Amino acid sequence: MTTITSLPDGTVAPMNGPAPTIVLDGVVKTFGTNRALDGLALRVPGGQITVLLGPNGAGKTTAIRTITGAFTPESGSVTVFGLDPAQHGDEVRARCGVVSAKPALYDRLSGLDNLRYSAELYGLGRGSMVDAGIVEAAARFGIEASLHDQVGGYSTGMKTRLALSRSVLHRPDLLLYDEPTSGLDPESSHAVLELIREMTGDGSTVVMCTHLLLEAEGLADQVVILQDGTNLVEGSPDELTQRYWPDALVRLGADDPAALDALRDHPGVVGYDRTGLIAVVRLDGPERVPDLVAALTAAGARVTRVEPHEPTLEDLYFAVRQASGHSRLGAVAGSAV
Amino acid sequence: MATAVADRVRRPLQWGHIRTVARTDLKQLAQARDYWIPMLILGAIFFVFVPTVLLFTITQLGDVNAVSQLSQALEVLPERAQDQIQGDTETARAGYALAVYLFAPVAVVVPITISTAVGAATIVGERERGTGEFLAHSPAGIREIFLGKLLASLIPGYLTTIVGFGIYSLIVNTIVGPEVGGWFFPTRQWWILMLWVVPPFLALTLSLVLRLSAKVKSTAAAQQASALVSLPLIMVAYSQATGSLYGGDALGWYIGAVAWVLAVIGLWRGVRVVTRGRLLGVADEQ
Repeated sequence: MTTITSLPDGTVAPMNGPAPTIVLDGVVKTFGTNRALDGLALRVPGGQITVLLGPNGAGKTTAIRTITGAFTPESGSVTVFGLDPAQHGDEVRARCGVVSAKPALYDRLSGLDNLRYSAELYGLGRGSMVDAGIVEAAARFGIEASLHDQVGGYSTGMKTRLALSRSVLHRPDLLLYDEPTSGLDPESSHAVLELIREMTGDGSTVVMCTHLLLEAEGLADQVVILQDGTNLVEGSPDELTQRYWPDALVRLGADDPAALDALRDHPGVVGYDRTGLIAVVRLDGPERVPDLVAALTAAGARVTRVEPHEPTLEDLYFAVRQASGHSRLGAVAGSAV
Repeated sequence: MATAVADRVRRPLQWGHIRTVARTDLKQLAQARDYWIPMLILGAIFFVFVPTVLLFTITQLGDVNAVSQLSQALEVLPERAQDQIQGDTETARAGYALAVYLFAPVAVVVPITISTAVGAATIVGERERGTGEFLAHSPAGIREIFLGKLLASLIPGYLTTIVGFGIYSLIVNTIVGPEVGGWFFPTRQWWILMLWVVPPFLALTLSLVLRLSAKVKSTAAAQQASALVSLPLIMVAYSQATGSLYGGDALGWYIGAVAWVLAVIGLWRGVRVVTRGRLLGVADEQ
């Protein structure tokens, strides 16, 4: 898959790989004087997990609500499954499963009745066959034993699991998760993320919003970083890493600063920065690392650390925000490499 | 470019969605004893307790003073209504008039009060609980959601009234019937009132209440505003209901027809106010 880049005119560049399930071009949505989406351009490939990253107020939730047609943008175009949700909202929504930051469950009803309500609205009807499907969906998220209890008595984790069950009950083609792990403990969060990962196995497209970088790590096939209603960058984590860190990085530690500084002129070294007895060295290729270690040893230094640096999504996030001039923290993170 | 609301593809109403929304709301209401017990008490006071005490006092205890005062009050009734009063004795005529004419407003006050209480919270409640998010993203059309919620608000009030009306009929026939030569209630005008006049007034009130529920920020505000709206409507409905009983069949049909027209206009305008944005708590989203 190639990197997707938003163009200055708010459109998106063509892409290879899976056909896009969602295409947003130059979408603008305002609330009063607040421009929630400001020319947002986005392509979500089918059958993959796309993670929308961004701070609070970046426009993630508004983007989700625009995708389902709950909001109609002032300008720009939105296409989901080839349809405009503003005109064909009911058709689009019937193929979507949504979990919002709040689970949006009816506390006075039982878990079973909550899922029955959803089943009926999504056209599954009623009856024993539907109930069997409900139990199956609940079992997928480990909540089937509590289906007959009133939801008001559920823990936050149970509510999230029930909301996730509800979102897959009608076997949607597109799953939209807006901070689904909000309020969950780390163990429950991990379990939920595992389940989301599993869902792409049956061909579903997943869009997940989060401001927690650790959540997106290892989960995202594609990352979109939003800020002030527009996307700063989008692409797969590998592509973005390659784009922002085209050179190999290694942290080297030695007890002789002079020997470390001598590496600055070593073949293949394209960047060098030392703090105390730790040097961060940028190389034209990772195969240079053994040569550097050998050079240090030959200079009589005792090597204390050899640590190839693999940028995390957090590094990527701050690098992107730093590049766009949005983050003071980014400058700190960026300076480390 | 974005599409205006008016350009949206309109599909036929799916009654299944309306039924589902209404049934689920009613199911939640049934779970809320703190909600429906006051309803029952209100219905019982107006349809059972007060009529029983008054009718029993007049017909069985032979309270001469009360009968005399009531007989004088009957003189202010229209001539047409006075002609229809049955009974050979003053007591019988007083009981008949009380049963047929003076309790008419009850049939209006009870359903409007109950339905307003339910309807005021229905849309703003979805927003407050966060469940509006589920509905906003669901394939149910916004008109279907509105009508489902209208039904869920209308049914408790109207059902309470119909059941209360049945019990009231039994009470008046049992207490006053022997005085006027047998069972006489409901009269034809009461049937017209209950089946033709009361429902549109209820729908009209709810169309306004649901509009308020969609617009305001909290359930408390919705209840305050609904009380302001429903009070004048109760007064109008009160007078029209009374008029339909006093004025004969034709007037009842006429008042009901006008009320239905107003109700349809109210509903048509009401449904336009409810949007997915408002279910999500965004006021200016259309």
